[in-house]
Amino acid sequence: MGSERTSRRELLKSGAALAGGLTLGDIASLQAQAHDHPPTPSSKNDSPMILGSKELTEYGQRSRYVTSVRIQHPPGGRPSPDAFGKQFHIATPLQDSVGVITPSSLHYVATTRGSYMPDIDPKLHTLTVHGLVDRPLTLTMDDLKRFPSVTRLHFIECAGNRHTPRQQTVQETHGMTSCAEWTGVLLSTLLKECGLKGSAKWFVAEGAEEIKGASSMPITKAMDDCLIAYGMNGEPLRPQQGFPVRLIPPGFEGIFHTKYLRRIKIVDEYYMNYNDFGHLRPDPKELALSEQIGPKSVITYPSGGQQLPGRGFYEISGLAWSGGGAIKTVEVSTDGGKKWNLAELKTTPQRMAHVRFGYQWTWDGNATEILSRATDEIGQVQALREQIAQWWNVPVERNYRVPGLDNSIMPWKIAKDGSVTNGLA
Amino acid sequence: MGSLRLVTILLLTTMVLVGSPAFAQSPTYGVGRTPTAEEIRRMDISIGPTGEELPPGRGTAKEGALVFEQKACIACHGAAGTGGLAPALQSKKGQDVPIWQRERILPLRAPFATTVWDYINRGMPLGNEGTLTADEVYALTAYLLFVNKVIPEDQVLDKQSLPKVKMPIGDDYAKLHEWKPNTPRLEGYPY
Repeated sequence: MGSERTSRRELLKSGAALAGGLTLGDIASLQAQAHDHPPTPSSKNDSPMILGSKELTEYGQRSRYVTSVRIQHPPGGRPSPDAFGKQFHIATPLQDSVGVITPSSLHYVATTRGSYMPDIDPKLHTLTVHGLVDRPLTLTMDDLKRFPSVTRLHFIECAGNRHTPRQQTVQETHGMTSCAEWTGVLLSTLLKECGLKGSAKWFVAEGAEEIKGASSMPITKAMDDCLIAYGMNGEPLRPQQGFPVRLIPPGFEGIFHTKYLRRIKIVDEYYMNYNDFGHLRPDPKELALSEQIGPKSVITYPSGGQQLPGRGFYEISGLAWSGGGAIKTVEVSTDGGKKWNLAELKTTPQRMAHVRFGYQWTWDGNATEILSRATDEIGQVQALREQIAQWWNVPVERNYRVPGLDNSIMPWKIAKDGSVTNGLA
Repeated sequence: MGSLRLVTILLLTTMVLVGSPAFAQSPTYGVGRTPTAEEIRRMDISIGPTGEELPPGRGTAKEGALVFEQKACIACHGAAGTGGLAPALQSKKGQDVPIWQRERILPLRAPFATTVWDYINRGMPLGNEGTLTADEVYALTAYLLFVNKVIPEDQVLDKQSLPKVKMPIGDDYAKLHEWKPNTPRLEGYPY
């Protein structure tokens, strides 16, 4: 405090020098002194300056020192883009994430069979609601924005977001989930406007891309919380996220979040669209586990491929989410699952949204394993792979595949040298 | 004054009684327009299990084999639907093998032939989606059901016969339970 005050006083005194012709560099150096960060001897500035440009004025850019990027998923799988310019699966760099909002540029992307991104003119795009309604309705994007809006935080997760022993980083194990702030109109608002007939049981949502991807969903879901979203993180949706409008059925598997939404058809039975065929299962228990996403969490720091510089204090950080509601608690174990400790929730848990958790930990320098476990507001608890296999009465093999979306607990191994690796390996 | 108030109350009561059902039926915001029946028909490519949305047209496996060649389906799926880079369309396993132990092939495992028709119509051929005629889609569906031994070679598929095709899976697949908000995804599942 004392030295800071002195610095300020000196700066104020030197204010007189301004009139005497100080350069910008001198002022910067004085400001640096004022904050007790002396400039390097070789340069009058702490760092070079970023020149302003028309582009930076109009649409900002991150620092060139921030290099976190998305990668194709899985790493050895189908490239995105492929040779034809179609995009397939792209995973979010969760290892670099802070907070709960995934920047739109880093949000994960999935397409049902590899798809070109339609370049839709929003002035020409319409959304039609028809089928078992009293009044079918066609809306332009301007029409849609006239309805009362809601803004909600929701995660989306791809059913292919599975952690296997071969993966190395959290981007590879869990990068097919992201969380954004979505703005739009509740589907229930539109369905009330159309007047649902009593026989309405399911709805089919269909996109405008070349494959016209379509899925069947329960009408109860439509009336509960489905969002017809045109906004994402404060601006229009990106083309990779379904510009100009997509469906958000919160907590359902990613494929249901129909992009480039052009049509909603209200029907009386499950329509068994091609996307629905992908969910075809012999066992109703397994089928139930591939619609609504279970409680899930993962530690993003320290995680696979990262390196702890040495023993001492760390804040373990991670994300938790559930398709069943808001996250209630997250527990962290730093001893391979023997003792579980309550983690601190860093953000207010919201329904079907990522929540950031933290756990303060002093590493003693010994090899160990760290894990996290989420519990949601309706009491569902994230399980170990061993527990899930036991419930299904099957052996836990190295490549055991959890039925439905894989929401099992993810272990990270920390070696004596501070290196972090996949605990399943 | 007293009688005026009574009249007002009666009037209001009448308005509420007569007006409320009508109010519940009418749109709240009045935004957007009503699409014409023709617009909906053109846009509605969702073919449900009953096939009610199917357009007129017809096709057989023999015709479908020709379309499969002409439309270059072979280039991606291979001759007769095997050996290409795109998903296989012909089963290599015998009919005696239980359906869930056979390959995951749409024209074999789908519970309804309408799903096969719907997918070819909306999603094929790659890069030229939506260009097939209804007859071509009926013919391709017939061809792919025939090579998987689901229907005989001479069966004509049309709006009437297609939804009646008995798929090998029969009823041997799981149905979704009724989804409810704030409810665990699977009752009794501890996780």
